[in-house]
Amino acid sequence: MTTSVSVEMSRICKKFGKVMANDQVDFSANAGEIHALLGENGAGKSTMMCMLSGVYRPTSGDIRLFGKSVKIRSPKDAAQLGVGMVFQNFRLVQTLTAAENIVLGEKSSFWRGSKWMRDKQEEIRGISEKFGLPFPVDRPIWQLSVGEQQRIEIVKTLYRGVGLIILDEPTSVLTPGEASQLFDTLVQLKAEGKTIILTTHKLKEVMAVADRISVMRKGRMIHTVDKSATSERELAQIMVGKEMTPPREMAKRQKGKSLLSVQHLDVLAELGRKALDNLSLEVHEGEIVGVAGVAGNGQKELAEVLSGLLPWKRGKIVFNGQEMRTASVRNAIESGISHVPENRMKSGLAGSLGVVDNLLFKSYRTKERSLLGFLRIGSNRRWSQTLVEQFDVKTPDLDTPVQQLSGGNQQKLLFAREIHREPLLMIAVHPTQGLDIGATEGVHRLLTNLRNSGKSVLLISEDLDEVLQLSDRILVIYNGGIIGEMAREEADRERIGEYMAGLRDSGEEAV
Amino acid sequence: MKELAAKRMRLPYRLDYDPSKKINVWWMTIASVLFALAICGIFIAANGMNPFPVYKKLLSGAFGSSFGLTETLVKSIPLLLCGLGVSIAYRISVWNIGAEGQFAAGAIAATSVTIYFPDLPIYLSIPLMIVFGIAAGGFWGLLTAIPRTYFQVNELITSLMLNYVALLALNYFVFGPWKDPKGFNFPGTPMFNEAQTLPVLGDTRLHLGLLFAIVVVLLYAFTIRYTRWGYELRLIGANAEAAKNAGIRISRHILIVMVISGGLAGLAGMSEVSGVTHRLMYGISPGYGYTAIIVAWLAKLNPIGLVVSSFLFGGLIVGGYSVQTLGLPSSISNMLQGAILFFLIASDTIGKFRLRRND
Repeated sequence: MTTSVSVEMSRICKKFGKVMANDQVDFSANAGEIHALLGENGAGKSTMMCMLSGVYRPTSGDIRLFGKSVKIRSPKDAAQLGVGMVFQNFRLVQTLTAAENIVLGEKSSFWRGSKWMRDKQEEIRGISEKFGLPFPVDRPIWQLSVGEQQRIEIVKTLYRGVGLIILDEPTSVLTPGEASQLFDTLVQLKAEGKTIILTTHKLKEVMAVADRISVMRKGRMIHTVDKSATSERELAQIMVGKEMTPPREMAKRQKGKSLLSVQHLDVLAELGRKALDNLSLEVHEGEIVGVAGVAGNGQKELAEVLSGLLPWKRGKIVFNGQEMRTASVRNAIESGISHVPENRMKSGLAGSLGVVDNLLFKSYRTKERSLLGFLRIGSNRRWSQTLVEQFDVKTPDLDTPVQQLSGGNQQKLLFAREIHREPLLMIAVHPTQGLDIGATEGVHRLLTNLRNSGKSVLLISEDLDEVLQLSDRILVIYNGGIIGEMAREEADRERIGEYMAGLRDSGEEAV
Repeated sequence: MKELAAKRMRLPYRLDYDPSKKINVWWMTIASVLFALAICGIFIAANGMNPFPVYKKLLSGAFGSSFGLTETLVKSIPLLLCGLGVSIAYRISVWNIGAEGQFAAGAIAATSVTIYFPDLPIYLSIPLMIVFGIAAGGFWGLLTAIPRTYFQVNELITSLMLNYVALLALNYFVFGPWKDPKGFNFPGTPMFNEAQTLPVLGDTRLHLGLLFAIVVVLLYAFTIRYTRWGYELRLIGANAEAAKNAGIRISRHILIVMVISGGLAGLAGMSEVSGVTHRLMYGISPGYGYTAIIVAWLAKLNPIGLVVSSFLFGGLIVGGYSVQTLGLPSSISNMLQGAILFFLIASDTIGKFRLRRND
């Protein structure tokens, strides 16, 4: 095995505003190896790779490529230095053909059918056949499947002769068959002496294809190991961390009656894949149920189906004694389900509107807020003012566009809106993502208060610490189903880690 | 590569794209207009004229006399109505560029009242013409909204193509079945009788349509700000994803909004035939429906802005006629309109760049 180091990143720091996305990270990869960068969402792995491919610039730290110290200022620089990246969302021009996309930028103009273009097509076809990356070179992108588009992206990097190929979550868009095909190709590329870095949070893939594995957590590099020296189980442990956070002090509560009961739920996603597969769960009154799991195992769909955004294919949802018949957001709102969505600025708040308008979101239809189709402007302002004070939202005034508030205050505003309606069930998805410690503490206090007043919370979070701190009961979601369940007292990081990696079968634990 | 590095060293500043940068909308608007005047000035100069007296003539023609002012107001009525129509669609990001066709549909339908019910008294014929005009325009809008909502057909394309359908239908009527038999082959219907024309102010051409436009502006401003439905529109416009989370059914809103949008353009068409031309005729609109897009954009969909910009563009049309006396084609005003829209749209992107010192 060769040991020439092709990329070495040392003491890399990257700050976004006040948030430290990467903190003193060291990373290196050798020529002729497949190096997997493993970590949960938000662990900082994509940020690291974006600095390598020139999308971001590091705040501090050094990058050495193929033995030379370099500054990578732009993706163009990166390409010239021999780094190619295949992004999760492809960078392809939909109306151009595969070959044209690959040679784009090389010549200022070319026409289809010219000798030059035909030669290029041959050359590209050659590369694609050599590495087992088949796609029709002369068809426009919009006619091709996602898998084919990814192959075009990989061939693009090969065509430019790069020595280092970065693939960001490459299998998230692929079917299992396509994924194993991709892995065959990666092995072949490795044999050619290319360096391949692959970011992922799927343990199975890592063990299937990587030579070395680096694990990141919360912006730091935790561990780098050879695949032969580790196991899926160990990686799961490293990924979720060892330090034990003490659970929040919470008054013991009698188990209330069942509030939400989900039985054998199937939800379809794109490509006919099942996003939720025979999922069953139960939430009782006055408890916080935490759903832990590696990203992309159906968390988003679970939240959406319960808040009425997504229809389901099979199964039954009973809420507060009533069966939900169809997916309807309005019904969900009216029956007392609150939803704090994953990305507050994307789907929770309207950034360009003011505080009052954002507070009105779910209650503008009520008698208190509008009369005969007219908004009660004066009374709505007074009501907003009380909410802003009660939830301690810091805002210059009630008309300030909420995109100008800090993340913590935006989240407080969102919680003010969702909690004042006195929901029976709150579905909170990654409620503290991107918040600082103080704001996180505030959100945690709101959630526990809600629980202590007899309401229920379904807390869906990738932050295992948060789940462990807050939950009365912890469920682990894997591949669209609930694979494990444990009470607060018996919660145990190691076991959760194994569940998250899909290592235990729910059959074992069935009561 | 060496060359590239050297080039970089020489430039002390660079332009960085910063999507989060806030733009001062009104400054950008003024700057766009000034840029447009400067660019068109070059073309005027290329025609061998000094642009300054031309612009002065344009201004005085449009706003310098009571005749000019009332004419400007007359032109601004259809612009304001159509501009309101497209604005309400743009609020929820439905890009209706079919106001021209919806205008024509409204004009045709209003005229059909005069053809098929020629002897109605004024208190019946005018309301009927209004209802027909709005309904036809709204129907034309619906033709765009239905494929957009149910089949994801791009509304830009359908609304634009339907313009041609409506204009050709208009031509068919005025060259064919509705042509005035006593009109010496002029492509137009017989003149409306008194019961079919909108009352005018004194001996000007300023007609009751102005009142329609003012009422609609007030309704628009009030609805957007003070009603539940207006709130829903604002929410969809600000963040459609979040609106879905609030339980708002966007597809239904698209249908309703497109009917209203088309209906307002249809009302403009009605008020034009009944208030200005007093007949349906070939080439009834000098592109009001298209100019309305610029009017809406310049106003940033704001009701007061709409009043101001439709008045200015009305003036541009009237002023365009008066520059003809200097020997320039009146299409100077079309060029100005185009240039203004061009710079406005560019400013949305260009304004997001920051000048930064290279480190």
